[in-house]
Amino acid sequence: MFESLSDRLGKIFDRLNKRGALSEADVSDALREVRVALLEADVALPVVKEFIASVRTRAVGQDVMRSVTPGQMVVKIVNDYLIEMLGGKPDGGDADAAERGGLNLAGTPPVAVLLVGLQGSGKTTTAGKIALRLRKREKKRVLMASLDVYRPAAQQQLAVLGEQTDTAVLPIVAGENPVAIAERAMESGRKQGFDVVILDTAGRLSIDQAMMDEAAAVKAAVRPIESLLVADAMTGQDAVNVAKAFHDRVGLSGIVLTRVDGDARGGAALSMRAVTGMPIKLIGVGEKLDALEAFQADRIAGRILGMGDVVGLVERASEVIQREDAEKLANKLAKGEFTLEDMAAQFKQLRKMGDVKGLLGMLPGIAKMKKQIADAKVDDRMIARQEAIILSMTPRERRNPKLLNASRRRRIAAGSGSTVADVNRLLKQHQQMSAMMKKVGKLGKRGLLGGGGLPPGMMPPMPPPRF
Amino acid sequence: MSGKDRRDEGQGGAQVPGATPAEVPGARPAEYADHGAPEAPPPSRGLSEIPTERPIEAPALERPNPGERGDRGGWLVRLKRGLGSSSEKLTGGISGLFTRRRLDDEALEDLEDLLIGADLGVGTAAKIAGALAKSRFNQEVTAEDVRGAVADEVAKLLEPVAQTISIHEAHKPHVILVCGVNGSGKTTTIAKLARLFKSVGLEVILAAGDTFRAAATEQLQIWGKRAGCEVIARATGADAASLAYDAYTQARSQRADILIIDTAGRLHNKSDLMGELKKIERVLKKVDPAAPHDCILVLDATVGQNAHAQVEVFREMVAVTGLVVTKVDGSAKGGVVVALAERFGLPVYAVGVGEGMEDMRAFEARSFARSLLGLSS
Repeated sequence: MFESLSDRLGKIFDRLNKRGALSEADVSDALREVRVALLEADVALPVVKEFIASVRTRAVGQDVMRSVTPGQMVVKIVNDYLIEMLGGKPDGGDADAAERGGLNLAGTPPVAVLLVGLQGSGKTTTAGKIALRLRKREKKRVLMASLDVYRPAAQQQLAVLGEQTDTAVLPIVAGENPVAIAERAMESGRKQGFDVVILDTAGRLSIDQAMMDEAAAVKAAVRPIESLLVADAMTGQDAVNVAKAFHDRVGLSGIVLTRVDGDARGGAALSMRAVTGMPIKLIGVGEKLDALEAFQADRIAGRILGMGDVVGLVERASEVIQREDAEKLANKLAKGEFTLEDMAAQFKQLRKMGDVKGLLGMLPGIAKMKKQIADAKVDDRMIARQEAIILSMTPRERRNPKLLNASRRRRIAAGSGSTVADVNRLLKQHQQMSAMMKKVGKLGKRGLLGGGGLPPGMMPPMPPPRF
Repeated sequence: MSGKDRRDEGQGGAQVPGATPAEVPGARPAEYADHGAPEAPPPSRGLSEIPTERPIEAPALERPNPGERGDRGGWLVRLKRGLGSSSEKLTGGISGLFTRRRLDDEALEDLEDLLIGADLGVGTAAKIAGALAKSRFNQEVTAEDVRGAVADEVAKLLEPVAQTISIHEAHKPHVILVCGVNGSGKTTTIAKLARLFKSVGLEVILAAGDTFRAAATEQLQIWGKRAGCEVIARATGADAASLAYDAYTQARSQRADILIIDTAGRLHNKSDLMGELKKIERVLKKVDPAAPHDCILVLDATVGQNAHAQVEVFREMVAVTGLVVTKVDGSAKGGVVVALAERFGLPVYAVGVGEGMEDMRAFEARSFARSLLGLSS
């Protein structure tokens, strides 16, 4: 539904094939598109304006490198600056490197980590995830305490997470107020020799004075070394208001962005970083308790600009593709074998990875093909149908498609609820794929995508995650 | 009983035995198409029961956690305080822009920006600014004019989706499936709906279909106790679809009026989780092909443009009949609802304005639009 920035800019710059410095007019045209792209990604308007102004001064007069088009040049400038603003370095390094991979835990134990945020932003789950991470990676003794005395079963929720992550949780005392709980948690932490005390607070609206006072009071009472704002990656324009309010009233040391495994473009990350100046430290990437990662500016930048998230794609692929399966396939490919059974297995993996359109959206540069993809009606159902055709064959037929005479094809079509033409199309596709696989087999480790153009109208098979 | 099971197979045309014509499920939208006559026909009850006619006089609300969160005023005050704090910028901006000023291109562009800042999205903002340009371009306009005109435009877009959920007692139970992404406020919304339906004398049963998240079942059970509803639950990790099926057959044998089924939060791009949701819908249809009679998608007002993808995908998966927008009392304006109304036209059944069980209100186009722009209703 969203066009990527490169596509938008491509359209503008297709007209001008000239070289040399970027003129002010070129840049203005381009920046109008950048603005829309950022707004569609939910970057807050004031932040967009500032961003555009800075990019403008950087871009005007900038020499266009030989090998790139003016559009690509602008994308590069925008992308680099975006990464910088998100706290990274364009060359892949990270300005926040010190904070990467973890939190600041320097201090006399027990140190407190305070989590604040709006209702439903994912604080309690994040508390569990941080506890697990600190315990496993940093070998810390962690105590969790829920200060949420409002939402029904919130304290039980944290208790359950404690069990699941094998983390100590402060016993619940009915009727205690949040500040008292926080103090009791620190006291227990001291007495029982914990390194870190994670304080999970109730969700609160940034405009609720009483509740914001409460959060500030908790902070004053325990002096946490980290005060993290937990915010949803899907947050819209309001992200600036929320981040600013929490930073002003409570004082933040960093941000945790949750639900990054969704398909939101995540512009809120830029908004919040810009308005607080505080680093985004961690991102939540799934419902499982180990799904917490260090923030990487370049990945989020690519997403905000709609330029795909290849790392995310590969990660998703490795989640569902069994290693042995992948190796088996790789061996077969090396021998130049690619049977219909292998094809069915690939379809199955592809379907397991989720919505095909969503997956394609994660590939950079795919937007240009979007129309072709739409025309080819590549969707989950199509893959399911193709899988059904293969499953309607006998094992012998799957291994040796040459057996498939007209009568067998008719039977398969009837069995899979398709037509003979569909069966033929699938077989042709299989032929093309196995021809390509043979080429790939010869290429060896250089991988699939380096192997030149794909046959037209064909789904690229998922490469085994070995490169 | 079993004769009734089949009654809805001829969706849309068939007459429900013992019910007025307005109760035919397929004809539901037409029932409230005319907003001039919001009175529901007697057997059909819903959110129209709550006092929305004169919202300012709505009585002070009791709190489930007495004294815990301080006095926060009536709901409209709260809604306005919420919208106000963030629409200050919006309205302040518009006032600044249009005082003694000609409505020219530049002014319109600024107006568009401001609407974008309220999460209306680039397209919808352009459309509203365009509509204003058509009628007022190059005229001398005041801030008040512009605000009023923009509110009118917004209200016009929202009017068709401001509908109420209607319960058909003949269903026994009327099944409501509640879905949404994680943290959108499904369980709280269910508690509010349950209380509302109970308050008009309907028998409500809740099914704790979130068998995934830690303590989700306990959360619904506490709410159920407060609302005085039976809660059907299983252990964490149980199959949600089978729970839904059992809950439905049980609610049916108890002749309950309403069954509300909670589901685990799920991100719409996870196809396996969406498949699970589809399965819940499928097994409900085994009991009655017309079930679920309503499927509510719960949307968080703080969500930005991703709401489009949420509505789109959830709608592809299950037959979403309407939205409930939560957390409207915060600083987020929920402006994306305007864009959603334009694009999908799905009814907005209610808005959530707080954490208490009674903090839910019918969605009113005009007052929502006017609050969004900081105008008194």
